[in-house]
Amino acid sequence: MQVTEATAVDQLQEKFPQVSLVRESARDGIPTAWIPAGHVSELMQFLKTGIEQPYAMLYDLTGIDERVRVNRDGQPASDVTVVYHLLSFERNEYIRLKVALHTNHLSLPSITAIWPAANWYEREVWDMFGVRFEGHPHLERILMPKTWVGHPLRKDHPARATEMGPFQLPEEKEEREQEALRFHPEAWGMERSRDGADFIFLNVGPQHPGTHGVLRIVLQLDGEEIVDAVPDIGFHHRGAEKMGERQSWHTYIPYTDRVDYLGGVMNNFAYLIAVEKLAGIEVPPRARTIRIMLAELFRIISHLVWYGTFAQDLGQMSPVFYTFNDREKAFGIIEAICGARMHPNWFRIGGVAQDLPNGWEAMVRDFISYFPPRLREYDREVLANRIFKGRTVGVGECTTQEAVEWGMTGPNLRATGFAWDFRKKQPYSGYENFEFDIPTALHGDCYDRALVRVEEMRQSVRIIEQCVNHMPDGPYKSLDPLASPPLKERTMHDIETLITHFLSVSWGPVVPPGEALGAIEATKGNNGYYLVSDGGTNSYRTRIRTPSFPHMQMLPLLCRGRMIPDLLAVLGSLDYVLADIDR
Amino acid sequence: MTSPYPFAAIFGILIVALTIASGLIWIERRLLALWQDRYGPNRVGPFGLLQVLADTIKLLAKEDWIPPFADKPVFIIAPAIIMITVLMSFAVIPIAPGIIISDLNIALLFFLAMSSLGVYSIVLAGWSSDNKYSLLGGVRAAAQMLSYEVFMGLSLMGVVLLSGSFDLVDIVHAQRKIWFIIPQFLGFVLFLIAGLAETRRLPFDLPEAESELVAGFHSEYSGMKFGMFFVGEYLGVTLISAMITILFFGGWMGPVLPPIVWFLLKMFFFIGVFILMRASLPRPRFDQLMAWAWKLMLPLALANLLVTGAVVLAFFH
Repeated sequence: MQVTEATAVDQLQEKFPQVSLVRESARDGIPTAWIPAGHVSELMQFLKTGIEQPYAMLYDLTGIDERVRVNRDGQPASDVTVVYHLLSFERNEYIRLKVALHTNHLSLPSITAIWPAANWYEREVWDMFGVRFEGHPHLERILMPKTWVGHPLRKDHPARATEMGPFQLPEEKEEREQEALRFHPEAWGMERSRDGADFIFLNVGPQHPGTHGVLRIVLQLDGEEIVDAVPDIGFHHRGAEKMGERQSWHTYIPYTDRVDYLGGVMNNFAYLIAVEKLAGIEVPPRARTIRIMLAELFRIISHLVWYGTFAQDLGQMSPVFYTFNDREKAFGIIEAICGARMHPNWFRIGGVAQDLPNGWEAMVRDFISYFPPRLREYDREVLANRIFKGRTVGVGECTTQEAVEWGMTGPNLRATGFAWDFRKKQPYSGYENFEFDIPTALHGDCYDRALVRVEEMRQSVRIIEQCVNHMPDGPYKSLDPLASPPLKERTMHDIETLITHFLSVSWGPVVPPGEALGAIEATKGNNGYYLVSDGGTNSYRTRIRTPSFPHMQMLPLLCRGRMIPDLLAVLGSLDYVLADIDR
Repeated sequence: MTSPYPFAAIFGILIVALTIASGLIWIERRLLALWQDRYGPNRVGPFGLLQVLADTIKLLAKEDWIPPFADKPVFIIAPAIIMITVLMSFAVIPIAPGIIISDLNIALLFFLAMSSLGVYSIVLAGWSSDNKYSLLGGVRAAAQMLSYEVFMGLSLMGVVLLSGSFDLVDIVHAQRKIWFIIPQFLGFVLFLIAGLAETRRLPFDLPEAESELVAGFHSEYSGMKFGMFFVGEYLGVTLISAMITILFFGGWMGPVLPPIVWFLLKMFFFIGVFILMRASLPRPRFDQLMAWAWKLMLPLALANLLVTGAVVLAFFH
């Protein structure tokens, strides 16, 4: 790690000797450098195309309000920092670039011309921090309503409704809000008519049976053909990142459950990997295996929801009932282990909440013998169905290059033929000890995305089977003082231990200052938590990089020139969750 | 052989048809539930049988709202049209010897004409709602039903050639030796598909397509007007099943059991097939649907007509 760190930033410095880069060593070992705002475009362009083993993907782009941060040793002065995470597949490595901005001039050049994926991310940073991106094609609020005043992730913006005075909705305000939602084609560079014929502008959502949640898509239609589409998101925004700054390290875990609400522990997983990196906690082997087993169960659970609803989007009525029944079986196991179902809140810093209950093996074994035959049945019922193929083959295609440009990850990326799975490439929690394949397909169309997900469920069953066969013994949670209270015997003997116990129970753990990115292969793609600790009992900044956000941004690309039913096929095959997009 | 008691026949058939159609709502929900590993409506009355009644009361009690932007007269007439056209078709259906309202000698043409008129209901509903989803549904319905009607008529001409009559009673009598399903198998398949399309049932429910168009042409309808579209659809299913029975499966004919029982048995079998289709198939895309109609179904229907004509000419004249 140390060697490549030198090379990545060194190569940059070597190429641009006139630019002053400030290095920073992050706790997660990702090469980190501060770059001046004026050089953002050329440096990014070089990292994307000029450098050998380039950084092909803009993984994340976000901001940090630094104004009340205390522990900033060696970092340049900054009021609002814009943080870029780039991912190189050849190096199998991230690079983190930071730009320092000051409140009197919150502005820097847009990189939308380099990565189209930057479009929504820059809008989000504008929305949340009020940073202007010069040259952005449509810099407008994305998650908050257009009528919102202030930038919520700034430290001076209130976090709770109770800090904001009672909410009222007089008639004129209601009208103003409604007017703000009116779609203006001109603002998006759209024509209202062509060759004397008017386009239909169809408002799909926010309440629509096919959008799987509160998502709004404005379609520009020529007959039933989609000329262009504009997704409008943010209806499901609940300020999950802002809440991260308010909750303690521990009490934020249940909030993560609700981000990708079909992924359950997958959210805990990514968050805790980041926390554990910050705190330097080693998770014991049994806890790591339990985590993998539950994560793979949740992968199956999430994919089953996708399978059934995808078929339903295409008009097939029955599969959703079968897959939900199977999901119920899997939830039986989750319930026996965690006590809860969709929001298990089960992982803890340094391990899991409790040991596995008696009889868990029998339940899990029962499921892994029950499930594969069911999958074969669905193959015949759905994947082999000719109408289903007619609706999905060749619909919503994208190439690997496009997918990488737009920040696509997970099964959707693998459907384009690119075998990139974080469980294999950057193994976490002991995935390197498991045998499983990375399913891929060729064309990146809706059918291929379906094939990859179905095959992934089979691989998950394999992983779960290995978990059952080789579940290690030992503690289910680390004994690190930041993870567990001291043992009872010791608390009664010395005052220091007693005080530590008292503080970590009443305040919660105090995580040492630093920054870390924890990223996992979640159900829908790469889910990453970028945490900044200022040495307190809660996070200074919690950034949630979700897979659904860039996937939804690709929607217009995937459905231009196709028909309305294809839009539904594309939406279904992308497998997104609105809470995962809007957070 | 028109019934000697015309009013009794009219009321009898009207009540039976409407009862079957609304009963179908219960049957369909229970059958779908059976095939989908769940229970379906089983709370109201024995086996949930009174669910239909509860639904009807609910629909009647609902506010019968007409959107202010709708074209009011057309909006009101549209759901009535589908009820009228389908119910009119029942007038020419011979259920059993003597149980028929009007034994027309052009009954088959009358049925085709009525089902063509039924399209107006959907198109006008979609148009008058002044809603983009309804409009798209209405346009889809117009294109779909017009295309499928073309070969629906043609697929039946084989039966007409074999029986030498447009009279449904004569057609049933002509099947004394052999049901037309054997010589006219292709015609049967084509008619079944056209019938599905005509009743807008999955996989041909594109005018509604709830995952795409919310509720398609009837998005803006509520209360009993919505109920009329609903019952109209089930009446259509009943009608097409009855027609399949008459045209290809020897109508009321069968051993031992009384004719009316045979007729109902056969008809309910095809209703079951309709429901099974809904339980199992996805929905094709609009352009695929049109391509099938014009590129596959129409040539097949014409070929069927040609071959049947040649055979009839060569062996029966």
